[in-house]
Amino acid sequence: MTAVSTPGVESAPYTVEEVCEQFDPVMGLEVHVELNTETKMFCGCANAFGAEPNTHVCPVCLGLPGSLPRLNGTAVESAIKIGLALNCQVRERSGFARKNYFYPDMPKNFQISQYEDPIVFDGYLDVPLDDGTTWRVEIERAHMEEDTGKSLHVGGATGRIHGADYSLLDYNRSGVPLIEIVTKPIIGAGVRAPEVARAYVTALRDVLRGLGVSDVRMDQGSMRCDANVSLMPKGATEFGTRTETKNVNSLRSVERAVRYEMGRHAGVLLSGGTIRQETRHFDEQSGTTSPGRPKETFADYRFFPEPDLPPLEPSRDWVETLRAALPERPWERRARIQTDWGLSDEELRDLVNADALDLVADTVDAGAPPEAARSWWVSYLSQQANAAGVALTGLAITPAQLARVIALVEEGTLTNKLARQVVDGVLAGEGEPDDVVTGRGLAVVSDESALAAAVDEALAAQPAVAEKIRAGKTKAAGAIVGAVMKATRGQADAARVQELVLERCQ
Amino acid sequence: MSEASAATGGQSELISLDAGELARRIHAREVSSVEVTRAHLERIEAVDGPGGVHAFLHVDAEGALAAAEAVDRAVAEGGPVSPLAGVPVAVKDNMTTTDMPTTCASAILDGWRPPYDATVVARLRAAGLIPLGKTNLDEFAMGSSTENSAFGTTRNPWDLARIPGGSGGGSSAAVAAGEAPLALGSDTGGSIRQPGAVTGTVGVKPTYGTVSRYGLVAFSSSLDQIGPCARSVLDAALLHEVIGGHDPRDQTSVDGPLPPVVEAALAGARGDLAGVRVGIVTQFSGEGYQPGVLAAFTDAVRVLGELGADVVEVSCPSFSYALPAYYLIAPSEASSNLARFDAMRYGLRVGDDGSQSTDEVMSQTREKGFGAEVKRRIMIGTHALSAGSYDALYGKALKARTLIVRDFTAAFETCDVLVSPTTPTTAFPIGERTDDPLAMYLADLCTIPSNLAGNAALSVPCGLAADDQLPVGMQIMAPALADDRAYRVAAAYETARASASDAGPRIPELRALEGSR
Ligand SMILES: [Zn+2]
Repeated sequence: MTAVSTPGVESAPYTVEEVCEQFDPVMGLEVHVELNTETKMFCGCANAFGAEPNTHVCPVCLGLPGSLPRLNGTAVESAIKIGLALNCQVRERSGFARKNYFYPDMPKNFQISQYEDPIVFDGYLDVPLDDGTTWRVEIERAHMEEDTGKSLHVGGATGRIHGADYSLLDYNRSGVPLIEIVTKPIIGAGVRAPEVARAYVTALRDVLRGLGVSDVRMDQGSMRCDANVSLMPKGATEFGTRTETKNVNSLRSVERAVRYEMGRHAGVLLSGGTIRQETRHFDEQSGTTSPGRPKETFADYRFFPEPDLPPLEPSRDWVETLRAALPERPWERRARIQTDWGLSDEELRDLVNADALDLVADTVDAGAPPEAARSWWVSYLSQQANAAGVALTGLAITPAQLARVIALVEEGTLTNKLARQVVDGVLAGEGEPDDVVTGRGLAVVSDESALAAAVDEALAAQPAVAEKIRAGKTKAAGAIVGAVMKATRGQADAARVQELVLERCQ
Repeated sequence: MSEASAATGGQSELISLDAGELARRIHAREVSSVEVTRAHLERIEAVDGPGGVHAFLHVDAEGALAAAEAVDRAVAEGGPVSPLAGVPVAVKDNMTTTDMPTTCASAILDGWRPPYDATVVARLRAAGLIPLGKTNLDEFAMGSSTENSAFGTTRNPWDLARIPGGSGGGSSAAVAAGEAPLALGSDTGGSIRQPGAVTGTVGVKPTYGTVSRYGLVAFSSSLDQIGPCARSVLDAALLHEVIGGHDPRDQTSVDGPLPPVVEAALAGARGDLAGVRVGIVTQFSGEGYQPGVLAAFTDAVRVLGELGADVVEVSCPSFSYALPAYYLIAPSEASSNLARFDAMRYGLRVGDDGSQSTDEVMSQTREKGFGAEVKRRIMIGTHALSAGSYDALYGKALKARTLIVRDFTAAFETCDVLVSPTTPTTAFPIGERTDDPLAMYLADLCTIPSNLAGNAALSVPCGLAADDQLPVGMQIMAPALADDRAYRVAAAYETARASASDAGPRIPELRALEGSR
C-alpha cells in the first residue's frame, strides 16, 4: 500500500546554496540506454518502439520453456564503442550472469545481465558546463543487459502494481538490448551538482547520438536516468545515506530531481532526522520525489554465470578497429566547426538548436562555403520545413543538392531568387538542381545585347521615368530595372541591369 | 497383419527388429512405414495401459500414421530418403513439439502446447522418422525412477513391480518393451544411461554441446544433454547422427563436425579392440554395489580383454566429490530455470479469482504445480546461490567440478576409454527409495562425473545380474568429442555378447503384465 504523498510537505526545501553551506553533495548517475540494433539482444525479433503490443515476440524473448538466448553481435559492438567513447578499458574476457527475481514483465523471472562482469570499465567523460569549463565525470563501468517487458497497471490510485485492479503485459520490449552506464561517485560539485548532473546526461546523450548506437530519446524511454544523491557534512569523507530517484525522464528533470533531493535531504538531516535508503519516484508535474514501495526484504538476486552463453572475448584487433573508427566527440567537433566557419556563439547555438549542424557540415563537405550553407539551412529551408511540418532532415533535398544550387549561384548562373525556385523544384521532386534549371528555364539572361535591348524597350515604354534618370535622379532607375526583371521573368542579374540603365541614360 | 498382431498382444515380429533393419525393409518396400508404425501403436495399446508399462504420456497415432504415409509415398516415388526414414521414435516429454503437449511430467505444464519444435524434433521430422508420442519422466527430469512424474510411475518391462530408472524411464522402457525401436532421452546426471542400464537397453550421453538443447526444457543448462536410446549400439549411432551437429540457436553447441559414430559402431562390430586402452575406474566398486552387478561388469571387462583391449585400473579420486557437487550445481541452475513457471503466460494458474495479488497467484501456482522433489531442488538451489552461501556451496561445487575435469584429463592420458558399472544396482522395487532421497541419488553415482566434465559416455547392456535376473549396464566413457571411441568399444562388446550362450532375450516377455490379463 503506497500513500499518495503531498508534494513538498515532507520537508521544507532548501535551496542548493543553503544546502551547500553545511553539506557536500555526492551523486551517482546510472543511465540505461536502449540500443537501436535492428533485432533484440538474444533473438531475431524486431527491436522497434511503438508497435501493437506483443507483436514483436518469439519463444526466446517470451522465455518459453526450452528456448535459448543467442547473443546479438551488433549489441556487443555498440557496447564496445560506447566504452571506447567513454575512455573505458575493454575487458578481454567478460560474461553474462542471471539476475534472479520474480516480476511479471520479466518472462524468465531472471534478467540476463553483465552486472558483475562488465565488458567495459574504468573510464571518464569530460563534460562541458554552461560557463565553458569542463567537469570530468568518472565512469565505473558500462554493461549489457536485456530489457524487461512493460506492465500497464489498470485501476488503483498509483498506477503501480500494488492496488491495481489488473495488469496488462506487453513483451515487445522484452529482450531489447540495454547498456547501463554507471558513474563513480561525483564528489565536490557543490552547488553545481544539479548542473553537473544535467550536463553529464546531456553530454552522454550527445556522445551516444554521435556513435549512432541509440535513439537516446528520454521521452520514449530509450534513455533513462536514475539519480543517486546523498549529503555529507562539509569536509566529511564518509558518504551519507543515499536515495535513488527513478522516473527522471528529461534532461531538465535530471537537474530538478537532484536539486529537490539535495534540499529534501538537508531538511531531514537539519531537523534531526535520518535519511532512509530507498528508491524514490520523480514527479514531473510538481518537481518533487516520493518514496517507492519500501522493500520488505533485502533483495538477493542470486547472480550466477549464465550457463546458456559462452564467455565474451572480443579480439584485440576488433577493438582497435572500432577505436580507430570512433567519431569526434560532439562538443569537440562543434568547437572545431565554430573556429573553421568563424561563427559567433549565438550563431553556433542557433545551428545546434535548429538541428542543422550536420546538414550544414555535409553541405560544406560537398563544396559549399560555410556562410551560404548555414544561411540556406537556417533561413529559407527552415521556413520550408516549418511550412511542411517536417523536420529539417525530412526535407526532400540533400546537402549535396543544396551545394550544387549554391555553386550555380556562385558561378552566376542563378540569382538568389532563381536559386530559391530551383530549391523549390528539387523539394517538389523535379529532379536534380540542373534538371530544375533546364526544366523551368531558370538560367540568368547573361546575353548583353538581349539585356540591352530589354533595357531600351523599358526606357522607351516609360519616357517620363527615363527623363528623370537623365536629369540625375538615379533612384528612379529602380522602376526600369523592375520592368526589365519582369520582362525577363526574373532571370536577369538585377545589378547588371541597373548598370545598363544608368549607362543608357548618361 | 494388424489383426494377427493384435491377437498376439501386439507381438508383431516388427517390434523386435532393430531400427536399422526396419529402415532397410521399409526402403526396400518389403514392409511399409505405416505397417511398422501400426505394429508399434498396437504394441503400445497392448502393454502401455493401466497396470502396464506406462511409458507414454501422450500417443499421437493419427499424426504418426500420417507421417508414415508420407514416407511410404516418398519411398514409392523412388526419391532419396534418410537412413532412418519411416522408423518410429518416441520423444521424452521435456522436448517441445508443436503437434503434441509438452508437460515435463509436471502438473504446472499440464496440457501445454508449445508453438515451436525442439531442434532435435525438427531434425527427426526432417529425416523422416515417425514420432509416436511423448514419454514419461521424473518431473522436469529430476529423479532416478520416474516415480516423481505427476502422471504416474513408469514400470520396468523386465519386472513391472520395479522402476525403469530415471529420469528418462519412459523412453528406455518404451524401447525395452518394443513400443518404439528408438527414443530420445536427456541426460543431466545419468537420465539416459541409468534407465538404459536397468532396462537392458543402450543409452548414450553425447559430448556436451554436440546435440542442440534448443527446445529441451532446461533442468540444469550446463549439464543437460540430449541423446539416443536404442536396443543396439548401431541404432543409437544412427539416431545420434540424425539429431547431432551444430545448431546456431544453441550458443553452447559445438561448431564442428560430429564424431563419426555410425562408422565407429560398424567398425566396432567387427570385433577387434587390439591396442585399445581401457581403464577401470577404481572408485566405482565396493560398498553399495550389488554383487550381481559387479560380477556382470567384471565379466564384461573380461570380454573386452579377450577382444584385444589393454585393461588397466585408474584412480579418479575427485569423483567422490561428484555427487555433492552435482546436487549443488544442478539445483542452483534449476532454481533459476524453473522460475519462469509463474502462471503468467502458460501452464497452470491457481487462485486467479480476482481477489489475490500477482505474488499470491504465482506462489499458489508453484505450491500446487510442482512436486516435492522439484520443490526440494529449487530450495536447495536458491539457498546455494544466496548471498551468504554462494562461496561455501555453489562456489565450492564449481571447484570440485574443475578437479573432476582434471581427473578425467589425467585418466584419458593413459586410457582411450574408461569403464564402470552404469549404476550400482539393478532396478529397485517401486516405492523402495521414495522416502529416502539420498538413496535415490546414489543411483547416479557413476554417471554424474561425465555430466560435470561434459565428456561422452554411454551404457551398453551386459546381461542379467546372477542374483536377481535383472539387466545390468556397463558404462563406457570417452573424452569430449571422442564419442566414436565409446561406440567402437560398445559395438565390439555387444557383438561378442550376442554370440555368447547366455545372451538372453532382447525384449522382455512382460510376464507379469500378460499374467494379469
Ligand atoms: Zn524474440
